This record gives sequence, C-alpha cells and structure tokens, in this order.
Amino acid sequence: MESWRKNPVVFWLLNLGPAFWLFVFFIVPLTIVWVVSFGEKRGIVDIEITWTLANYVRAVEPLYLEIFWKSIVMAGIATLACLIVGYPVAFAIAFAPERLKAILLIAVVLPFWINALIRTYALIAVFRSRGSINFGLEWLWEQANGLLGLIGLGELALLGEKFAPLPLLYNNTAVTLGIVYAFFPFMVLPLYANIEKIDRSYIEASLDLGAGQWRTFFSVIFPLTWHGVMSGVIIVFVPALGAFFIPDLLGGTDSQLIGNVIERQFKSANDWPFGGALSFLLMYLTFGALALRAAVSGRKQGLEA
Amino acid sequence: MAEGLPIIRIKEVTKRFGQTVTAVDDVSLDIREGEFFALLGPSGCGKTTLLRMIAGFETPSEGQILIDGQDMSKVPPNRRPINMVFQSYAVFPHMTVADNVGYGLKVTNVPKAEIRERAEEALELVKLGGLGGRKPDQLSGGQRQRVALARALVKRPKVLLLDEPLSALDAKLREAMQLELVRLQHAVGITFVIVTHDQNEALSMANRIAVMEHGKVRQLAPPSELYEFPNCRFVADFIGKMNLFEGRVAGVSGEEVLVEVQGLGRFSLPGEGEASGEVGIAVRPEKVRLRREKPDEDMVAVHGKVSEVAYYGGSSFVYVTDDTGRTISVNQQNEARTAEPGVTIGDELWCAWKPRDSLLLRA
Repeated sequence: MESWRKNPVVFWLLNLGPAFWLFVFFIVPLTIVWVVSFGEKRGIVDIEITWTLANYVRAVEPLYLEIFWKSIVMAGIATLACLIVGYPVAFAIAFAPERLKAILLIAVVLPFWINALIRTYALIAVFRSRGSINFGLEWLWEQANGLLGLIGLGELALLGEKFAPLPLLYNNTAVTLGIVYAFFPFMVLPLYANIEKIDRSYIEASLDLGAGQWRTFFSVIFPLTWHGVMSGVIIVFVPALGAFFIPDLLGGTDSQLIGNVIERQFKSANDWPFGGALSFLLMYLTFGALALRAAVSGRKQGLEA
Repeated sequence: MAEGLPIIRIKEVTKRFGQTVTAVDDVSLDIREGEFFALLGPSGCGKTTLLRMIAGFETPSEGQILIDGQDMSKVPPNRRPINMVFQSYAVFPHMTVADNVGYGLKVTNVPKAEIRERAEEALELVKLGGLGGRKPDQLSGGQRQRVALARALVKRPKVLLLDEPLSALDAKLREAMQLELVRLQHAVGITFVIVTHDQNEALSMANRIAVMEHGKVRQLAPPSELYEFPNCRFVADFIGKMNLFEGRVAGVSGEEVLVEVQGLGRFSLPGEGEASGEVGIAVRPEKVRLRREKPDEDMVAVHGKVSEVAYYGGSSFVYVTDDTGRTISVNQQNEARTAEPGVTIGDELWCAWKPRDSLLLRA
C-alpha cells in the first residue's frame, strides 16, 4: 500500500480527480460564501466586499444566539433519542442469525431509497389532526366509549363529549421526531458495525466471571462500543444541527431552527452576506463539536495507552 | 490432594448444531477433583464444544453435566462454580490489569479492600505483581494470558477451564508456560481442564487425557498409557509418531496373538480376542533398531533402503522404504559425539524390533 504514495506520478494521477472535485465544488463555493460574509448588500443582487464584521455582529445578537442554542438543544435531544432507540436496534441486528441480519439491515436502510422530502411529507400524513395516529386514537376512543356505554357509564361522558385529536404536528416534538426518523440509519449503521466487531469472548468472559446480562452490557459491551457511539452521535448531530426542511414542514411558528434562518437569508430575504456569516458560525460550532469528540476520544485513548 | 472424587460428571452428553452436525456424540466421562485433565483431539473433534458446555455457553442437546454433584442444565454461566481462560484471553481492553482481575469479584459485590488485596495476590501468583496499573495493550501476549489466568483464579473456582491456552504463544514461551501451568495447578490445588490439539502439551501437563475424534472419546487414560497402549488406530496415530502395518490374525494362544504381516512374516505379540480378522500392527519409531546384518529370528525384521534422514540434534529420524514400498520411521538417539553420519540415504539395512514392542490394534 505504500508504493503508490511514493510514486509521485501515480499519486497525482489518482488524486487529481478527487482533488479537482473537492476544489471546485467544496473549497471554491465555501470561499465565496466566506468572502461574501464580509460584504454589504448594495441593491438586489450587488454585494460589495467591504470586509465589514457587521454581519457577524448581527449574527450574535440575542435573537440569533437563541435560535442557535435552540438548534443545539433540539439536535442534541434528537441525537440522544436516536442513540437510545438505535442502540438496541443495532444490538439486535448484530446478534441476529446470519440470514436475518441482511434483511434487517436492508429494513434500516430502505427508507433511504425514498427522497427525504417525501418521507417528511409522509410524516405529516401520520401526525396531522386527521392523520393515521389520530385516526387510531379516535378508534380506540370510540371502542372505549362503547365499552363504557355497555356497562352503563355512557351517560357520564368520562372520556369527553367528543374525541379531541392530539396536536401532534407543527410543534417542536414533531420536528424532533422528524429529525430522529430522518437520521436514524446514520446512528444504527456505525453502531452495528462496532457491535458486530466485538469479540464474543469478551461477553462470555464477563458472564463467566459472574456478571449478569445487564452488568455485562454496561461494564463491557457499551464501553467497547464507545467509538461507534461517538461516530453515530457526530454523524447524526452535525446534519441535525443544520436541518431546515424538516422544521419547515413539521414545525410550528416557534420551531425555526438555524437552518431555516440561513435558508431564508439566501432565498426570500436575499441577504447573502448575513446568510454567509450565519453559515460560518454554524460551521465553527460543528468544528467545536468535532474537536470535543476528538478531545474526548483522545483522552480515552490516553487512558488506554 | 483429594484425588478420586469426580468434580465434573458428564453423562451421555450429545450436542447437535442444526440437524446435520453432531459436535459431541454421547460422551460420558468423570473429571476427578484436583486433577489436570486434558481434552485432546484434532480441530473439529468436539473438544471445545464439550468445554463450552461445561462452562455453560452451550446447552447439551441430550445428557447431563454435573459439577460438584449439582445438575448444571438450568444454571447459567455466571452462576457456575467454574472459570475459564479463553483462547483469545478476552482481557477487557478498556480496563486496567487490576480492574480486569478484580472484575469477577466486583460484580459479586466483594468489598473494595478485599478486591484489591485478592487481585494483587492473584497477580503475584502469576508473577505479574506490580503491573496492576497497566492497560492490556501495554502487555505482551504472554502477560495478557497471565492476566486472564489471574482473573479466573481470583474467583477461587472449583474448576478452571482452559481453551487452547498456549496456542497463541511462540514455541519457547509455550514450553515455559506448560511448566508454569503445572506449577500453578499444584499451588492452587484446583482442578484444571484444558482443551488442546497439541499432543505434546497434553502429554507433558495432564494427569489424564481424553482423546476425541468426531465427537466421541476414543480413549481416556494417563499420558504414558495413551502413548504405550493406544486402543485404536486413531489414538496410535494421533499421539506421537507411529509405524502402522496392516495384517491379519493367524491364531490365538493364551495371552499371545499370532499375526501375519506381509513382509514381516509371522510373529506373536501380547493380546487377546478373536483368532481371525484384519488388524493393525503398530510400533513406535524409537522401539525400532537399525541393523546392517539380518537380525536374529526372535526379532521382527524388515529389509529396506534409507530414503531420508532428518537430523534433530539430540536424535535423528531415519525413514526407510521397505521392499514393498512402505515407509518405516526410526528414531535414533545420537548418543556418541561425532560429526559422522550414522546412516546415509541409499543405505540398505534392516529395521528390527522385539515382537512385544509392537502393538495389536483391532479398532
């Protein structure tokens, strides 16, 4: 594997394509946005680069800091929910019989075959007042009421005069659930890869030494999958932080996340300099999260070394 | 040492995987308290499955396993009075050596002070005193194995199970560790059950050995008996080197059997049973002598030509191809100090041994 690195011609031939791609579609646009973030709006399309910091000053106004904070909290809650739901799923797949494993993995990845936007619209059909969940609840309500009627308590209307659909849509819970649903496979796959890799004899050794199943899980299995947990958390948290169409579709008036604000600057508000500044603040935040992860795993490695 | 009482009783145990694979086939054996017991066999013979059933990681399809008189069929691994040293050692990489050794005590709520004391004691026992603060990846393979040993022994189990414990070590270390394990077993007085595919390991360490093939125990005997009196062709061939000839019984008189082997003629050797049938005649390479002249009539002799000589320092293996094309291996001690080769390729000579040094194998 070393030789191709030592041969400069081969090295450049192999890397020219990806390098070109990264440069044109990643570095260049990013630089444009970065430069624009120091500009001032002049008219509808004209932006003058004045190297002003006004956009950044505006971006750290309490109004936006609050949205940043809210985005972090919501992305954090969604990530945690993904971890709590995803870990048992990954665990079950890793320990499933070989033939079932492939099917379960496909089931986890299957939603990816459908456009994310369509999947989010589908959630609307599930959550709305006249959606599947409320229909189901209404049916239960009717059955329960009928039952009460049968035993002669129907007159009392214990369950209310009329079924009141739960307000499941257009609030922060809907947004969080939407994010969890959208990024769920990103949590399960790295966890699965990690759990799958654990040498089964660690688990057997723990049992052999007298530990019960729960003890074995928390003292041996979970610590050994720490890297998978960290990978899953980062892979879910970072895009969740920048989510914009999920809060757009599922959120209410108070569900604006930083992704929505940024999107608006580039589109309806047509304020690229401010949008650029917000984008870069978000990116610095993400770098911070990654640095934190590196620091945490670095410290862990320091302990192990 | 209170030898004799069975600490583990395996009663008619069968283990099937799926519908086609029978890993362990109707095995019954007793392992006595305080002994060093070896399960020996080629890979796939069921020895590891049997060990894992004793540990509780597999459940027998049929039969029963008793440990210290108690039926284990409903007892999970974490409640059995036994501990295991895994082939991969399975030393937890995220814990220090001391935490590894203390783990089995911690999960059973032993007080902290006692854990520290007993863990340090156990580490001293395996000669790792003072390394408690290290992480497993700072240890060599041999040291990691000692951690695994200490971790199991600190629980003071009734039986210690060892799954191919030496297979990952290099040859020198393996030999040292064989002696070390025997020393440890004497020191702690616990019954050791070791699984190995290495006959030298089993012969040098164990008090008794069960040789397994295709899920069945072929022979259960002390090492010397296994070597000198194998009861079937498989054991004869598996333990040490063996020259095997196919022959037939020509007659039985008292405790002697008259056999006839092509090229070796007729001769009598100790044995009993039917006065007819095809049998195997076996002789160990070190029981065979090389002669330049035709030996006396009271020796079994076969004429041949040296086809290869393998020099091992202390001894040499001489391979002689006889007139019918069979190869006979002869182990010669290099007793005198000389650089002259005793025999060379192409030498014509006689292989000879006493009839009673050969073995009658009916199975």
